[in-house]
Amino acid sequence: MLNKTENILQEHLLEYYKVNKNLLNESMLESVGNLRDEAFEYLKNNNLPTNKDEKWRSTNLEHLYSQTPGLDYKPTEYKKSLEEIFICEVHGFEAKRFSMLNGWYYSPENEKLKVFENGLIVGSIIEAQKQYPDLFNEHFNSVADYKTHGLTASNAALFKDGLFVYVPDNVVVEDTIQLIKMINKEDNMFINSRNLIILGKNSELSFLHCDDSINHSPSLLNTVTEFVVSENAHLRINKLQNLNDSTTLINSTFIKQHKNSSTKVNVITYNGGLIRNELFVDLVGEGADADLNGVYLMDKKQHIDNQVFVNHAVPNCTSSELFKGVLDDKASGVFNGYIFVARDAQHTMAFQQNNNILMSSDAKIDTQPFLEIYADDVKCSHGATVGQLDTEALFYMKQRGISHDDALLLLMFAFTAEVTSKINIEALRLSIEDMIKKRLRGELSICEKCVLHCSVPEYPMEFDIDMSKI
Amino acid sequence: MLLNIKDLHVSIDGKEILRGLNLGVNEGEIHAIMGPNGTGKSTLAAAITGRDGYEITKGTIEYKGKIINDMEPDERANLGIFLSFQYPVEIPGVSMTNFIRTAVNSQREYRGEEPLTASAFLKKLDEKKKLVEIHSKLTNRSVNEGFSGGEKKKNEIFQMAMLEPNLAILDETDSGLDIDALKVVAKGVNALSSPENGFVIITHYQRLLDYIIPDFVHVIYDGRIVKSGGKGLALELEERGYDWIKEQFDN
Repeated sequence: MLNKTENILQEHLLEYYKVNKNLLNESMLESVGNLRDEAFEYLKNNNLPTNKDEKWRSTNLEHLYSQTPGLDYKPTEYKKSLEEIFICEVHGFEAKRFSMLNGWYYSPENEKLKVFENGLIVGSIIEAQKQYPDLFNEHFNSVADYKTHGLTASNAALFKDGLFVYVPDNVVVEDTIQLIKMINKEDNMFINSRNLIILGKNSELSFLHCDDSINHSPSLLNTVTEFVVSENAHLRINKLQNLNDSTTLINSTFIKQHKNSSTKVNVITYNGGLIRNELFVDLVGEGADADLNGVYLMDKKQHIDNQVFVNHAVPNCTSSELFKGVLDDKASGVFNGYIFVARDAQHTMAFQQNNNILMSSDAKIDTQPFLEIYADDVKCSHGATVGQLDTEALFYMKQRGISHDDALLLLMFAFTAEVTSKINIEALRLSIEDMIKKRLRGELSICEKCVLHCSVPEYPMEFDIDMSKI
Repeated sequence: MLLNIKDLHVSIDGKEILRGLNLGVNEGEIHAIMGPNGTGKSTLAAAITGRDGYEITKGTIEYKGKIINDMEPDERANLGIFLSFQYPVEIPGVSMTNFIRTAVNSQREYRGEEPLTASAFLKKLDEKKKLVEIHSKLTNRSVNEGFSGGEKKKNEIFQMAMLEPNLAILDETDSGLDIDALKVVAKGVNALSSPENGFVIITHYQRLLDYIIPDFVHVIYDGRIVKSGGKGLALELEERGYDWIKEQFDN
């Protein structure tokens, strides 16, 4: 085990904070400074996560702990528009696009915060706390817990920028709000970013969160996102993760749901060296519903870890989880689903399912459902499967003339479609499914998004057809 | 000759099931393979189509003049060999239309033809659906998922009609079918029947042969064809059962 003195990264973070505290707190509210101090104290006394921690048993970050990645990154001085540096794979639906480049809110017009006619506010979290201190203070750090582990503490202490979204009461945001987070630095960086998204009462928001690399350099991304979902508000989150093989992403999402609110989350992991998605959903108002889904497609030596924690704190809430993954080569995966039902949370319905296909004998998955139930009138279930593709189905398809590779693709795609079919914006679903097909065919790489287009292979998509007219 | 099987020995897990089977099927012929359960009828279908786990230890399967013993199942299919499965497989999440279009276009690509356009495909789909009396939309249905026994068998014949094979093997397609579904199956076979195409119809009962008139009837017993004859043999088997064959052979 690493002890603190051996953890070079942790020492590096603490040292950085001591030296740069004033710089970090420049033009930040006092509440932010106070949180940073608390989180710093926590980080001084607690290790960054290792395999010794039960919740990190199968995800090893220790190779990062001997590194001293750059923390002193500055906003990138680009004048180029977003489209010039990045070509988004998902399109064909109405979206308002916002971006972060190397951890900083990026706007070529230098417009840090935008207020729309209906009162919707979207922009940099730094600017938001300056302009709307009351709104910010009411919600910031009200959902996330920096003590979750050393990396959430590090995020609280060191975050520089992030996205802020506020949807006022009774506002239905028609267009999807898309956040594109890009990394294009050549050197190894540790980026802590922090997002705060607030949905007022009776509001609706569709949020698309894309994590992308646009080069092959390693980086460590440590993101914390807080969602406040007020009474009778409806939130749709789609997360798309397409990162290079040397990037580590720790993505902690905290959602607090009030009375009769609903949240639907789809986490689609296409690529990435090591990705850990932590999803904490706090159901604190009766009648709240959370529908949490994920697809992961890993190969080579990639690692995916999905941690889902649902807290049924009050009666009459529902939650369901469906996570499905395909792992090839020497890829490894973890699914940890934790459902907590409080003593008074009667009439809870909570379901959980994790299905995996291992394409090679070297791929592995560690799946663990965990239910902790203190109420007696509840319906809860969980299930996990690990298997190979159905050989009977493969033979059936090949007997019809379909090649082995195409048959595998069709079966793998069908396997993931159970999750993607839940995406309710048709054009977005089709885009996401196209990317899955490309990924399964081995065609999806970060190169494809690079404007240089060094190698964009053209392949026929044989099984694509609009069948809606039949 | 379309299909020429010589001295075929096939083992599963080291156990020999076919023990020197000979069978020749010419273009334009319909052959019925009958016999008691467990004598190798389905093994024959598996060996011709190249299913994993069926090891040919001796003999040859020649199709259109090529020995196909070691050929992959998809290549055999692309050469025009079709199997109507005894137990059609359910494939959740793969829509019927997507599946059949992929299959049709895979076979066209193999033959060096352009893929069917969407409209040509739809037209063909409609025609063949009518032929086998499939009335439901196939768009949102996954392959065989939630199909009744009869629907699954009709679906096999529908796929056969779409793929237009030269050699169709029907493995117990009649089992569990009511008389109406049986007629649909027969109609599909008779529609495809032509001077270029051959059929091997594996069945336990004579019933299907009231609707599809075979040119030859063969009886498999103990991994070999022990008796061959015309359609009259099927009627004789219906009347007398298989015991007299067994006795004749065992002695």
